[in-house]
Amino acid sequence: MAFNYDQYLRLEKMPTLWCWGCGDGVILKAVIRAIETCGWKQDDVCVVSGIGCSGRFSSYVDFNTVHTTHGRTVAFATGIKLMHPDKHVICVAGDGDALAIGGNHTIHGCRRNIDIKFIMINNFIYGLTNSQTSPTTPRGMWTVSQKSGNIDPTFNACDLAIAAGASFVARETILDPKKLEKVLVKGFQHRGFAFFDVMSNCHINLGRKNKMQSAMENLEWIDSITTPLKKWEALSDEEKLNKFPTGILKHDENAREYCDMYEDVKAYHQGKRKAITQDDFEKKI
Amino acid sequence: MELREVISTGNDLAAEAAVDAGCMFFGGYPITPSSEIMHTISDLLPAVGGVAIQMEDEIAGIACAVGASMTGVRAMTATSGPGISLKAENLGLAQMAEVPLVVVDVMRGGPSTGLPTRVSQGDVRQAKNPSHGDYRSITLCAGNLAECYTETVRAFNLADRFMQPVIVLLDETIGHMHGKAVIPTAEEVKKGIVPRKTFTGAPEDYRPYGVGPDEPAVLNPMFQGYRYHFTGLHHDAKGFPTEEIETCRKLIQRLEDKVMMHTDELELNEEFMCDDLEENDVLIIAYGSVSLAAKESIRHLRAEGIKAGLFRPITLWPSPANRIKYFTDKVKNVLCVELNIRQYTEEVERVSSRLDIHGLYKVNGRAISPYEIVNKVKEII
Repeated sequence: MAFNYDQYLRLEKMPTLWCWGCGDGVILKAVIRAIETCGWKQDDVCVVSGIGCSGRFSSYVDFNTVHTTHGRTVAFATGIKLMHPDKHVICVAGDGDALAIGGNHTIHGCRRNIDIKFIMINNFIYGLTNSQTSPTTPRGMWTVSQKSGNIDPTFNACDLAIAAGASFVARETILDPKKLEKVLVKGFQHRGFAFFDVMSNCHINLGRKNKMQSAMENLEWIDSITTPLKKWEALSDEEKLNKFPTGILKHDENAREYCDMYEDVKAYHQGKRKAITQDDFEKKI
Repeated sequence: MELREVISTGNDLAAEAAVDAGCMFFGGYPITPSSEIMHTISDLLPAVGGVAIQMEDEIAGIACAVGASMTGVRAMTATSGPGISLKAENLGLAQMAEVPLVVVDVMRGGPSTGLPTRVSQGDVRQAKNPSHGDYRSITLCAGNLAECYTETVRAFNLADRFMQPVIVLLDETIGHMHGKAVIPTAEEVKKGIVPRKTFTGAPEDYRPYGVGPDEPAVLNPMFQGYRYHFTGLHHDAKGFPTEEIETCRKLIQRLEDKVMMHTDELELNEEFMCDDLEENDVLIIAYGSVSLAAKESIRHLRAEGIKAGLFRPITLWPSPANRIKYFTDKVKNVLCVELNIRQYTEEVERVSSRLDIHGLYKVNGRAISPYEIVNKVKEII
């Protein structure tokens, strides 16, 4: 039987403002299915979004929802999560949110390993504001702010998240929604910062001027730049240069989560334990 | 009211007041001269089961505090001028989404990095309109050690009453002042806490922003069955984005009216030796640490036979327009003393419709001495 999304949607807000053929809806549905698989109650979930097309995500889903300022999702979510460590906090951000204006918060959310599920919808462009260069826009592509072709090097978001200390890092595309859902479930069930780089199409504002005028052409390009991790590992260094590995790239189940660690801070100030020292941590520097 | 004597600093008293007022979350970032608030509250909050976190920047400091407050708990951030500049956008979000928050701003010299370790009152104009758009800032200003405590407590109660941020202005002198203060007991403070209004009907009937034209939003705690939407966009009664003309107009008008139609609940002034002032006497208007020098100068002036009094607004914004008008109508010689250039004088001019208000201003990071005020008064009379 087909999955019934109605319970999780704010149906009166439909249709979405997303363009015909936009991948954001595919991600929205995958997130809903993953939440149901995890058995999370709607009242126990908070979805925090930023600014841009992805920013509207929060208004369409029937959870506790927060539409914040540009790039600040993780910071708002940190306050929500720290006051409610037993609840489920999901951030949905665009590539501009996550890597440009809000890059600092992304790094430090990863570093703290706070139990926030961070979904970066990566469409390689500023879509809502009409085709400006984003930190993931490939070099040489046309953008409205770099009509000569983009010269800015692109961010590898997952490498950034891994380096910054996120304990769960995965990359998927909307080409395989079932696989996306499975990876989301894995990350949702993990306690710690889960970073998802979800590649999606924007044939309107990325594709239009870059020879990918239809959703399918845009998706074929995403397919051409991604490959499952196992296959990617077998590639030569030269081949790796232009392919992003997909799947779960990091899953450290032993990393301590921030809200859990903060309990030690409370215990110290309540006279229930000695001061936290380097001996409390396996990794000391 | 049961009182107690404490020996403390202004910054420490602000931190203690927050915890006594039921604050459970603090998000901050180091900045002189406010850092001690974070230092102290980082000890106090975890001890009572709350959370204090030093974030990666000023923006994150306010954002996490607003996030915590969205879930229904009392939250605070503290900073100084440059930090307010950075926090401005999220102050605007809190105004628009009607999220209570207390922001303590310990003022230092500006603009820009200015004089980080020295005193000023340069954030007075900034506090009125830190973010773009139409809204009314509520700004309180502590004029002595005890008020660092009592005004922080009042800020929490006003934030929940008006459902918006409340700024508490300290200045470097008051924040770092160390001495005796007589303040209410923690029990007294607890007795005075009025929790945020909540809606108890059926979730399908809940309209968080569907309130009267001069009323604040009714925001239920998060995760308790009332699933609604926060946004910085113009929004409808349920909190969802809209561009509907009347809904948009009414929302912004309500943000104005919920404050400006209830200024009686906000106004708080001190009138020091003002009762006997007559037409040819001197009215000094000052606030914050400057008022301490002003009081001292008034004692000297009166000893020399010059009748002077101090009008000290404690709620700076919205300004006590009627009371300022009353005094400026009555007394000819009005002197504003500020550690900035005319930031509040312009408000006095506006509400008094007088352009002959005298001013004594200092912007070199040093306090104004009582003698400077005495000399200035002698010059203008």
